[in-house]
Amino acid sequence: MRSLIGLPARRAGSDNASPAHDSAVGHVTGRASYIDDLTEPSGLLHLAIGLSSRASAGLGRLALDAVRRAPGVVEVLTAADIPGHNEVGAVYPGDPLLAEGEVRYAGQALFAVVATSLRAARQAVALASVEYVDRIPSLDPVEAVRQGLTVLPEHVQCRATPAPLDRTGVLADDNGTSEQRHAGPEGDWRQALEAAPHHVEGEQFIGGQEHFYLEGQIALAEPWDDDGLRILTSSQHPSEVQKLVAEVLGLPLHRIVAEVRRMGGGFGGKESQAAALGALAALAAWRTGRAVKFRMPRETDMRFTGKRHPFHNRYRIGFDDDGLIHGAEIELIGDCGHSPDLSEGVVDRAMFHADNAYYLGSARVTGHRAMTHTASNTAFRGFGGPQGMMPIENALDDIARRLGLDPLDVRKRNLYAPGRDETHYGQRIEQHLIQSLVEQLERDSDYRTRRQQIRQYNAASPVVKRGLALTPVKFGISFTAAHLNQAGALVRIYTDGSVLANHGGTEMGQGLHTKVCQVVARELGLPLELVRISATRTDKVPNTSPTAASSGADLNAMAAREAALTLRSRLYAFAAERHALAPDSLALADGELRATTLEGESFRLDWAALVQQAYMARVALFAEGHYSTPKIGYDKRAARGRPFYYFAYGAAVSEVEIDSLSGEYRVVRADILHDVGESLNPAIDLGQVEGGYIQGLGWLTSEELKWNAEGQLTTVNPSTYKIPAFDDAPIDFRVALLEGHPNSEVTIYRSKAVGEPPFMLAISAWAALRDAISSIGDYRLNPRLDTPATPERVLFACQAMREIDMAKTPRVAAQVQT
Amino acid sequence: MLQFRLNGEIVEIAEVAPHESALVLLRETLKRCGTKEGCASGDCGACTVALRDPGRGPDARFESVNACILPAWQLEGLDVVTVEGLAKGEALHPVQRAMVDHHGSQCGFCTPGFIMSLFTLYHDPEPLDDHRLAVALGGNLCRCTGYRPIRAAALAMRETAGVVPDWIDQVQPFTSDASNDARAFHRPATLAELDALLKRHPDARLVAGGTDLMLESTIRLADFPQVIDLTRIDALQTIEQHDDGWWVGAGVTYTRLAPLLERHYPAFARLLDRLGSQQVRNRGTLAGNVANASPIGDTPPVLLALDARLRISGDNGVREMALSDFFLDYRRTALAPGEYIQAIWLPRLSDGEQLKVWKLSKRRDDDISAVLMAIRLRLDDGHLRGVRVAFGGMAATPKRALETEAELEDHPLDEAAVAAARAAIAREFTPLSDARASSDYRLTAAGNLLERLRLQLAEPHVATEIH
Repeated sequence: MRSLIGLPARRAGSDNASPAHDSAVGHVTGRASYIDDLTEPSGLLHLAIGLSSRASAGLGRLALDAVRRAPGVVEVLTAADIPGHNEVGAVYPGDPLLAEGEVRYAGQALFAVVATSLRAARQAVALASVEYVDRIPSLDPVEAVRQGLTVLPEHVQCRATPAPLDRTGVLADDNGTSEQRHAGPEGDWRQALEAAPHHVEGEQFIGGQEHFYLEGQIALAEPWDDDGLRILTSSQHPSEVQKLVAEVLGLPLHRIVAEVRRMGGGFGGKESQAAALGALAALAAWRTGRAVKFRMPRETDMRFTGKRHPFHNRYRIGFDDDGLIHGAEIELIGDCGHSPDLSEGVVDRAMFHADNAYYLGSARVTGHRAMTHTASNTAFRGFGGPQGMMPIENALDDIARRLGLDPLDVRKRNLYAPGRDETHYGQRIEQHLIQSLVEQLERDSDYRTRRQQIRQYNAASPVVKRGLALTPVKFGISFTAAHLNQAGALVRIYTDGSVLANHGGTEMGQGLHTKVCQVVARELGLPLELVRISATRTDKVPNTSPTAASSGADLNAMAAREAALTLRSRLYAFAAERHALAPDSLALADGELRATTLEGESFRLDWAALVQQAYMARVALFAEGHYSTPKIGYDKRAARGRPFYYFAYGAAVSEVEIDSLSGEYRVVRADILHDVGESLNPAIDLGQVEGGYIQGLGWLTSEELKWNAEGQLTTVNPSTYKIPAFDDAPIDFRVALLEGHPNSEVTIYRSKAVGEPPFMLAISAWAALRDAISSIGDYRLNPRLDTPATPERVLFACQAMREIDMAKTPRVAAQVQT
Repeated sequence: MLQFRLNGEIVEIAEVAPHESALVLLRETLKRCGTKEGCASGDCGACTVALRDPGRGPDARFESVNACILPAWQLEGLDVVTVEGLAKGEALHPVQRAMVDHHGSQCGFCTPGFIMSLFTLYHDPEPLDDHRLAVALGGNLCRCTGYRPIRAAALAMRETAGVVPDWIDQVQPFTSDASNDARAFHRPATLAELDALLKRHPDARLVAGGTDLMLESTIRLADFPQVIDLTRIDALQTIEQHDDGWWVGAGVTYTRLAPLLERHYPAFARLLDRLGSQQVRNRGTLAGNVANASPIGDTPPVLLALDARLRISGDNGVREMALSDFFLDYRRTALAPGEYIQAIWLPRLSDGEQLKVWKLSKRRDDDISAVLMAIRLRLDDGHLRGVRVAFGGMAATPKRALETEAELEDHPLDEAAVAAARAAIAREFTPLSDARASSDYRLTAAGNLLERLRLQLAEPHVATEIH
């Protein structure tokens, strides 16, 4: 027998704590391929869709003859052509693949054109004529809730504290039992709220957000394995693409394989929304017997797909002379669009984060899911959490200005702490990091000195005003849909010693594959170059959860570690027997097996040689791993439980400068301290923190979605929809990871999830804008500043401050309407 | 036959439609898929490639452009560099190495565009600072990183080891046959050829930078039967200097115009930094911005305030007109069929004259004005003289504010004058509410810009601008 080939040479620097993204070289050379870059199958067809121009209408005749006759057109598909279910709703029904009988938003897909080129398909779409029977659309979510127009029922979380709080903020009865805490009837929370010495209340509108992944939605479907289909999809949830394609075509799941190599960004926008593309491409491929690619032009993408939910929030907070909160009533209305999609989880998560990092005392949080005739709003980094945090952050600034205190002092006073550690849904805070994290950031960012300097500056500057704010983040980690908190992985060792891993997570730029490779390499004692992750495929690891809820590494790295540990045990058992080694002495490190023989002599064996010996001895060199998150559970009926395995923390200080004559502004400095437990890869984690902050900044400032009176989106391209550009990031941007605080729960090497939590750090920039505006009213008035806080909103908020006759205004926390 | 040099090697393509973009040519015909499509409208920079005109000799520099809105035919005769051209096997270009070392990519989709913008900066001898980076990278959107690591890579790239392809320093002009009458994308070299083509194809679309025209093809999917390209006509590429001003040829790009503006109209030059993106400024022209007649074009209000003139060529020869007579209505101009703008006259400011230009938009860079105000004035013993004010974003056309001017002329710019001018603005403008701003904002902010002017003139110690 000829000898097996040897190991590839090791590259220098492989033991770096922060290896670069596994595709970094591919990214910078253009070799990293996205679906549209792949060599096209011969005979490839292209698909384009016709969109509804109406928000709500009965669907009359679809006249498609001219479309069928257009040059290059091969097939035109309508709902009648769907052999299985005309339904691609992620959790609940309500999302037909192609409209049938009625349309429920402007941008809904009516029909699909399959042609020999993308341009031909798109040009043919324009030849259709559509009859509508117009209905009056629901476009105002607040009114919708008033009328009972919702996509799912409301949910209420309510908690009554057993006893009043004393001046130090510690419960008078420090050992309030859980019975006491739970026993309060509905009225108790209100009693506590109303008994507080002071109150603030207000309303806010929080705008939605377009994902604007740079790679638009795309899928390519092709006949596969005689009677099946392979779908290349830019999706965070390939198992769902597989499932929905199978349902649309009426096929069993094992005939469909969905594959994701990488996405050019996802941010939640490719969690449920990618499925329709896969299903349409698959339907067309099934009908034509040819490969079909469906790449959405940007404008179609922006009209067709859902966005971050806009929210209308109301709050009433009771507090004492020190600014300590006694009770809170918070009402959240999420604008879900026309169908449920993922709105159950999104509004729930908003409710779970209505406290952000603060102990609310007696609190009642209500979440409504308004139905409007717009694209069905969906997952977006933070998944409702950011919108849910906004009322309390708004209120804390209101309270501070009402009492003449620094907002930071009021925030610190209300942070969760031992004894004040139970959320309004009954989960206890166990790892108390936020107090010390905020204090460290306060020191490191020189907050107090800068606060003084800014007050002095503003006193002398009538037009340009500066603002400063520190806001914390506490973000719950786990899918609130408990069954999704599981993952699988498959790890294979080939006979040259190279390792190939697959897991259920998808790579959208967040460095998940890099982290999982690091974990497998660490468990097998290998240089990172020996471990590779190929595309996520549903025929390698089945029934996967979406790569979402920041859980990618928490779940999949644990599953991959399980698989690696299985392989390691097998190799240890084999080597111990073959070479008579002391079982406890075995270790894989630096690409070799190290051990002590039973005779006590030192033993070393090169990794590749070990693998080759094991193979020859018929040891199985592949293994699967499975992981499910422990401890979690939430009883929706009781509205209590532990939805989150743990919390990730962070805080940011933003300093802004505004021009009160034009409303223009910029963030001049940002300081961030963020908790990722023991980081798996500090460079990648920093990238998530910085990128999350800037994306959050865009959500709160320049990214404005607008619809006209007919319910048509008018911001449908990057010319009118403005995500942050290079110069919007503060040049003075100081970002650090919190050190020395491993996760108190058992996670992959005690790390913490990092995808979503930093997004909400940007709330500090919004609070800083309000701070700057309130300086016009000598920090006594609370400007209303809905989001996105465009220059227009900032200007009008400034103007509203100026228009109040300061002489007649006592120290009130009047919320100034704009 | 379309010929150009792609990453050091000459390529020839037999058939290219006149509406086709360079991006489609690169990705679909040449299968160079490193260059990405993010928006197909020149707004995101994912498709950035670098161009150099070897005909300009050894001083020729690489310029970034958006391939998605560049007519493919305009690649003809140029050095074209795409992301695939930089690395030599496994050896990375310093720009690429720096981006890897500084973790400058996450999802990677915008990365090729950033690499190419950074590449043009790397091979430009000017020193790098934050302002220059912001100007050069404002048109490259990244949704993942928050830009900090890209900034770090940019600041480090010149000190980063790497391999530069040898063909980069070889500026070798080559001739390509542009005289094929059968093709539908015409590239005349002289005004006479242009006039002849216009007679033969009266409905042909004229293109210079293409930054607006190409959207009709990429977004609205229009096919252009005939296109006449102005970029190869030397007579349109010149800036003629006179004692009292400059004739700027219709083919002069913003980038080539910038040095003149910096010397003579610094406020206009600062506006240019925020007009589109570097990729757009490398292609776009003043004449295109004027002929396009958009109510939100950035330069027309400035040109109106300056009292610019147009030299217009047509069947009956050349005529001149004041720009203030040019805009008739929404997207309608005084250009007759067959006419085109040859050059734009920029009058030199006389001693004591000032030009102020302020643009308000949601985002500082690569955004379209909500309101743009340009004002030219002189202060004579505290009184305003020779006031010309024009606004963009306030009406169906870029528009002079005649009543506002009248309220200001011969007055000291005090609070009363600002109040009177504010009232005049409200009288003479009824702006729209649209995706960019409300009518209210436009009116209020326009008035506030006059207050800004007052403060700058009367109380110069007061900070009034944040950028």
